Amino acid sequence: MGRYVLTRLWQSVLTLVLASLVVFIGVRQLPGDPALAMAGEEATPEQLAAVRADLGLDQPLLTQYVAFVRNMFQGDFGESTRTGTPVTELIATTLPVTLWLSAYAIVVAIVVGILLGVVAERFRGRWPEWVANALALIGLSVPNFWLGILAILYLAVTLGWFPASGYVDVLSDPLRGLYYLTLPALILGTGLAAVIMRQTRASMIETMTTDYVRTARAKGLGRGRVLVRYGLRNSLIVVVTIVGLQLGGLISGAVVTERIFALPGFGKLTLDAVFTRDYPVIQAVVLIITVSYILINLAVDILYSVINPKIRVGGAA
Amino acid sequence: MLQDAENILEVTDLEVGFGGTPVLHRIGFSMRRGERVAIVGQSGSGKSTAIGAILRLLPGSGRITHGSIVLGGGTTRGEVEDLATASEPVMRTIRGERIGLVPQDPMSNLNPAMRIGAQVADALVANRTTEGKPDRAQIRSQAVALLAEAGIPGAERRYGQYPHEFSGGMRQRVLIAIALAGKPELLIADEPTSALDVTVQRQILNHLQSLVDARGTSLLFITHDLGLAADRTDRIIVMSEGRIVEIGTPRQILLDPQQEYTRQLVAAAPSVATALDAAPLVDPTAGAPASAGPERSRSILVVENLVKEFALRGRRGSTIRAVDDVSFEVERGTTTAVVGESGSGKTTVARIVLGLETASSGQALIDGESLTDTRGAQRRALRRKVQPVFQDPYGSLDPTYSIERLIDEPLRIFGVGDRGSRQERVAELLDQVALPRSVAQRRPNELSGGQRQRVAIARALALEPELLICDEAVSALDVLVQDQILTLLADLQDRLGLTYLFITHDLSVVRQIAHAVVVMRSGVVVENGSVNDVFDHPRAEYTRELLGAIPGAAFAA
Repeated sequence: MGRYVLTRLWQSVLTLVLASLVVFIGVRQLPGDPALAMAGEEATPEQLAAVRADLGLDQPLLTQYVAFVRNMFQGDFGESTRTGTPVTELIATTLPVTLWLSAYAIVVAIVVGILLGVVAERFRGRWPEWVANALALIGLSVPNFWLGILAILYLAVTLGWFPASGYVDVLSDPLRGLYYLTLPALILGTGLAAVIMRQTRASMIETMTTDYVRTARAKGLGRGRVLVRYGLRNSLIVVVTIVGLQLGGLISGAVVTERIFALPGFGKLTLDAVFTRDYPVIQAVVLIITVSYILINLAVDILYSVINPKIRVGGAA
Repeated sequence: MLQDAENILEVTDLEVGFGGTPVLHRIGFSMRRGERVAIVGQSGSGKSTAIGAILRLLPGSGRITHGSIVLGGGTTRGEVEDLATASEPVMRTIRGERIGLVPQDPMSNLNPAMRIGAQVADALVANRTTEGKPDRAQIRSQAVALLAEAGIPGAERRYGQYPHEFSGGMRQRVLIAIALAGKPELLIADEPTSALDVTVQRQILNHLQSLVDARGTSLLFITHDLGLAADRTDRIIVMSEGRIVEIGTPRQILLDPQQEYTRQLVAAAPSVATALDAAPLVDPTAGAPASAGPERSRSILVVENLVKEFALRGRRGSTIRAVDDVSFEVERGTTTAVVGESGSGKTTVARIVLGLETASSGQALIDGESLTDTRGAQRRALRRKVQPVFQDPYGSLDPTYSIERLIDEPLRIFGVGDRGSRQERVAELLDQVALPRSVAQRRPNELSGGQRQRVAIARALALEPELLICDEAVSALDVLVQDQILTLLADLQDRLGLTYLFITHDLSVVRQIAHAVVVMRSGVVVENGSVNDVFDHPRAEYTRELLGAIPGAAFAA
């Protein structure tokens, strides 16, 4: 197991280096000139050159990259070319919003998805399964922004159950914070919930017909106990893998959701930075997204080996 | 509703259907308290459906459509119940507590994600007689005791292990412990040892029998092996196609069968045939046919000091000897059986002969040449001389190919003939294996197991090989079908002068088909000689043990 984790870590580092290169080059290939954006349309060539020198844009690409990596390791992502605020500070204020939102959405998706999946299996061929299937189909096929707009319209404006927009720091006021995040988290989590529901249903149907489930029933165990201890546990092995693959999509989904609910999160920061060619911010944002993607996958792989004892021992042998 | 108070189970007019199609046709039988009854039948006979109905655990759309299954009242607990109509909560109190199940396949019947001990503890918790919260420490010590009683050494230590850390035999013991956890009055054993080696099978059945006897439990034993049923039970119920064919004591069934089907079954059962000393399919004393010219040596296959070592995963440098200095010769036109249990190295020997594996040292020579040493055209020529027939007729045929394409494939690979002549050859081969020519355009999944194995044999024969390597070629088949395939193989040998290297774990099959036998254990040849010598005067202790483990031996006298 230790060796397995080490191998995966090493692969992650390699991926990171590649990702930083792609980000660095990619950003510089974007159309538009940051110096121009900063200095304004009226700037003279001298002013532009001064701005460029100030940003280090007149240096050779390799030098820029080395500086970029060195600073990154010191936790210094530079300053926003637009506002002059240190990028670290921008991230520190926006990242928690997105993390809370994503975490909340994941929890919602897992709870709703597994619950509906189990219900669909348990009531196969009867109305609860049709309902669960229909919900999953809607969750998968209706785009988030449309669902979000509908939710704001009916749940927030007409019924007034939830606030239509705004954010309250979860740490300083947990109840109100979560309340404000509930609607966005529901919307962001729908796609994932739908995928989890379908996966849970499919693998539950398979597991519940296995020999060991029949043997468990023959022991005299009740259906509920068999469902959880024998069915669900083995089904989750597959579900965890699928969830892991889907989590990355959650981050990009957050960009859209934050926009709709006007949340001051990472997604908003990313969009604003892209529109204004804010190189340092874009670099930092994309890099952080990459890192989280890699970390999530690493966590999923390790979690997978915890749930599935065969892999754990197999890796140690 | 119980006809006789001494009966523990009375099945009357039981009909079970799957989606409206009946698969059990009004069967009826009864079991007395403490009696051991076997249900014998081939796949599709409905024996598994019968126990599914008794436990009310029928798969999918299976429903009881008629009849009753009356469980006698317990001496200590429980009332007379009709299981055909009992509610699910009632069934829950009956499963485990009054009827225990030892399922068939030890590999698939334990939850792979749950510790062994917890799975036994689950059965204890489900069937405990006291109310309230279970006492964890007490449950644990009971589970450990059950595991130890089922014959698992170091039960305390193994309690926390997962199923994949157990061998098949040990898993079956765990399943026995689970079945006995609720102290049932009736134990249903569904082919409990068909996936295990004969010697392990015997140990486990002996153990199961002693546990059942000590508790006075009634035993309903489901098996496809007539010999096994005769050895282990008081009464045998023969089933075929969802009907009961015959019921009788083992002696009646084996020695004086009343029905034609039972007679066929008795005649085909290899273990019983061995025990009853029936005539083998081949003349074991026959040597090479006279037609073999003097310029060819008598031995077509010479295995010399064959060694195969495998590296152990994870532990660098350490190896395991799967085949250890194995030598034997196979005479042209005869059958040599290589017999052994799992891990004996018999399959590795076959793979080396086929050139699918390279030997660490020593060699396997076919007409003086080795597949692993030859290259190019020479190797291709040698390949044509030796062809395999594998165990699993479901796995060894590509399901997307037509039968014609499957049999035709070796011909195409070797560029034999043109389209028309190959088609003609396929038809000829189908005739040889007694399949109708019309199957040529069908796909494997439209054929039965026996038909598929005939296709596999036809494919092997396509290139007119001299040596066939049959790796457990009949072990996946029902006895009647197995008998047909063995007869076909003997017949083909007669007509085409084929030589067989027959890899098997089943000694009773050996006696029917082979001239010579090589007994292997842990990679080493234990004994080697003619079939008559080895069976009548076994020299090695292990051979004697194997022979003794053949079920049905009790009826040899």
